[in-house]
Amino acid sequence: MARIGVFICHCGENIGATVDCFSVAAEAAKLPGVVYSVDYKYMCSDPGQSKIKDAIHEHKLTGVVVSACSPRMHEPTFRKACAEAGLNPYRCEMANIREHCSWVHEKGEATTKKAFDLVRTLVEKVKNNHSLEPIKVPVNKTAIVIGGGVAGIQASLDIANGGHKVILVEREPSIGGHMSQLSETFPTLDCSQCILTPRMVEIAQHPNITLYTYSELESMDGFIGNFNVRIRRKAKSIDEKLCTGCGLCCTKCPTKKIPSEFEQGLANRTAIYVPFPQAVPNKPVIDRTNCRYFQTGKCKVCQKFCPTGAIRFEQEDEIIEVKAGAIVLATGFEVKDAGFFPEYGYGKYKDVITGLQFERLASASGPTQGEIRRPSDGKIPEKVVFIACAGSRDPAKGISYCSKICCMYTAKHAMLYKHKVHEGTPYVFYMDIRAAGKNYDEFTRRAIEEDGAKYIRGRVSNLYEKDRKLIVRGADTLLGGKPVEIEADMVVLATAAVSCKDSESLAQKLHVSYDSYHFFAEAHPKLKPVETNTAGIFLAGACQAPKDIPESVAAASGAAAKVIGLFSNNELTREPVVAKINQTPPPVFSTCMGCELCMQICPYQAIDKEEIKNRNGEVIKTIAKINPGLCQGCGTCVAFCKSKSIDLEGYSNKQIYAEVMAVIND
Amino acid sequence: MKKKLGFYPGCSLEGTAKEYSESVVSLSEQFDIELKQIPDWNCCGATAAHNLNKTLSLVLPSRILAQAQKNEMKEIVVPCAACYNRLSVTQYELLKNDQLKATVEQAIDMPLNTSIRILNVIQFIQEYILPEIPEKLSHTFDKKVACYYGCLLVRPHNILKFDRPESPQFMDEIMQMLGAETIDWPFKTECCGAGLSVSRTELVGKLSGKIVREALDRKAEAIIVACPMCHANLDMRRPAIDQYLEMKTEIPVLYITQAIGMACGLNERQTGTRRHLVKVIGNYFTKTRIPVENNENNPITVEEII
Repeated sequence: MARIGVFICHCGENIGATVDCFSVAAEAAKLPGVVYSVDYKYMCSDPGQSKIKDAIHEHKLTGVVVSACSPRMHEPTFRKACAEAGLNPYRCEMANIREHCSWVHEKGEATTKKAFDLVRTLVEKVKNNHSLEPIKVPVNKTAIVIGGGVAGIQASLDIANGGHKVILVEREPSIGGHMSQLSETFPTLDCSQCILTPRMVEIAQHPNITLYTYSELESMDGFIGNFNVRIRRKAKSIDEKLCTGCGLCCTKCPTKKIPSEFEQGLANRTAIYVPFPQAVPNKPVIDRTNCRYFQTGKCKVCQKFCPTGAIRFEQEDEIIEVKAGAIVLATGFEVKDAGFFPEYGYGKYKDVITGLQFERLASASGPTQGEIRRPSDGKIPEKVVFIACAGSRDPAKGISYCSKICCMYTAKHAMLYKHKVHEGTPYVFYMDIRAAGKNYDEFTRRAIEEDGAKYIRGRVSNLYEKDRKLIVRGADTLLGGKPVEIEADMVVLATAAVSCKDSESLAQKLHVSYDSYHFFAEAHPKLKPVETNTAGIFLAGACQAPKDIPESVAAASGAAAKVIGLFSNNELTREPVVAKINQTPPPVFSTCMGCELCMQICPYQAIDKEEIKNRNGEVIKTIAKINPGLCQGCGTCVAFCKSKSIDLEGYSNKQIYAEVMAVIND
Repeated sequence: MKKKLGFYPGCSLEGTAKEYSESVVSLSEQFDIELKQIPDWNCCGATAAHNLNKTLSLVLPSRILAQAQKNEMKEIVVPCAACYNRLSVTQYELLKNDQLKATVEQAIDMPLNTSIRILNVIQFIQEYILPEIPEKLSHTFDKKVACYYGCLLVRPHNILKFDRPESPQFMDEIMQMLGAETIDWPFKTECCGAGLSVSRTELVGKLSGKIVREALDRKAEAIIVACPMCHANLDMRRPAIDQYLEMKTEIPVLYITQAIGMACGLNERQTGTRRHLVKVIGNYFTKTRIPVENNENNPITVEEII
């Protein structure tokens, strides 16, 4: 026979001022099965918790209902108190009479009645609760970091320095990401490469880090603490052990006119190439789609010249399988491609470039050695127009969000241009200047006040080429929409930052949710910013939303801290709120008929087949089996099961029906 | 068999743009298409109505659509860009708002279904004229032209869903089919000054002047339009334009239907070019095309059109 204790909390005045707690407690005492009922000012306080513990001992309670705030707030508190008194914590339930009652209703009889009803239904539920044990799963203390930009580098180093193994997977031939392409960084104007390349070297040399460049994630299964990941190591066509990185092959390669991805098409590279001189690893790969040998079957010049005989034309993609306990996604972003701005003539006029291209022009290691020269004729531009929000914050173009980094880098570009071309004039067309951040606003003010960047608040309607000049036409909305026309030599578009092209398929491989722009979604926008809704997979950097370098690094360190926290235990403890197949022994009597519907609909791939064999080892029945490590307790399978053979622990059909019946049988 | 289509001329085609109407009708005849005017049509309300009274601006075009529907017209050709714009906007507004549709139906005292296809002149040409062009073309349009679209034909894009709003292409494609070279210029949808033609003529001179100058700078020999307003400003207001540009400009402005008509051998009376204020020299633009062999029934010579 159930022996239930009911504890009504006043929550100071939060509940007490609206609900007559005393009468609720008195009424609850009359409910069948309730042997003890009391109200108290602050149930979560130490004396309040003692009341619960004492009552469990004194009245030999088999179940507890605390009617107070939301279980999200204090369920762990009260369950812990019950456990300390020797009662299984999963026999304690909370009735939420604060958010669901006192906060949303006026004081009155009806409110008190509702509070009592909430208590009554929970009492009926608790009668059907039974003891549950937390689930333990082992943890493999290796982390996989996907993406070797600044976020991936930071996360890898933090985890590795915490003493755990890291596998860093990078799609390109070198790590470094977008940051390695930048000239100088805001708001301090320190050289991007100078602060990044030492960290890239650290990655290559760290004893805890295994680096796989030119590699991509192929597939993933498993669950938190126990992921199995297959990585495709694309054929680099060289033997990395033999290659010394001397670079002779690159100088001899006859295919020299391939637009360099690293230089954003402003310079060319060869078919066998190292993306940039500071690359890590500093060893070349053969780009097979452009290589003369792979296209025509003749050439092999690089092989002839290689002093160590490291060229391997016959090399094939290799798929390796690794095990890991956690995954950090740091795949970054892309800039919106051409064709998106017919009115700005990108792709049509050579001197209309993107912000990232401007970074290469301004970079000391770039195609012009840091001199600002326009692409069409190499002339130093006298007037440069920067167009902010080229694509961003434009619902008509399908991108409603702010790309966040553009206001700052546009100010930086204007500044860099002015520092290099003293007699030049930078113009900036902007909607708002969004410079929130440490020393950010000071930085944009400096661009305007000290470096003389001419900021024009308004949009550019279109631009066209005339007599080797770009005529930029816009409006100055601070002057009442007065039309502005500028004859510029070069135009720089602050193009929208968008998610990577294959982010959707990657998210699907990892069962991570993503937003309508294909950025990966965090588990909670405020309180779980680096977690995903799949346990054990974390986010770092701009794969989640446009982020600047400081923010990406902070998020990466946050994700690393979560991984290290996860790895601080040998075993993981999880709430036992998981689905369970009806399997009253012997299992052959399970009502599950093996229709496999639940396997198909489970969003977490947590359900497998289980074969039941007789003594002779013959299969006599196949039923579903739920992996408690993977199950997130969503209950979808319970709703779908045709034979009602699945129950969600802690929320069984029996418990829910008991609650519903209590509401009906008022 | 003769194809039959509904036809809504609107006020301009009865007045200032009479030659536009003449060229549309003659061209249709040439291509065996019967354009049947919507009986008892009324004003589309353009410019005035939608600035003053939203309901009225929807009621006026609705009545036109209802009249067309009553006469069992499934497609109507609306050559005037302003009429096309107003009719399309009305259809769009009523399609998404049942309550508004009911109000309008009550006002015009006619039922309205919103399924009538409204064709602007370019769409009409693309669907009914172009497929037969290779057969009917007797001349090639042999000059460099600037296709000028104006604002009403392509905007607002989310309603009209016609061509590219920033740099439209369809007229250029048609002119290229006739053999013309089209210039790539940035003023395709530039403002001509529109209704300010009457109240602030000198401003129209400036705005349209910039368009004319740009076309001339890029060596165009004719400006091709598909809107009576554009034509009026670029042709009729040429004195104001010349005053702004401080030079005498002679570049003629042709409706696209006139250009096609010329290439198909229609005479000045049929294309209506004799009505232009900036003089159009009859056979200046076209060259006789080597006749298609099986087209003996309809031989046209250069002499005929002069």
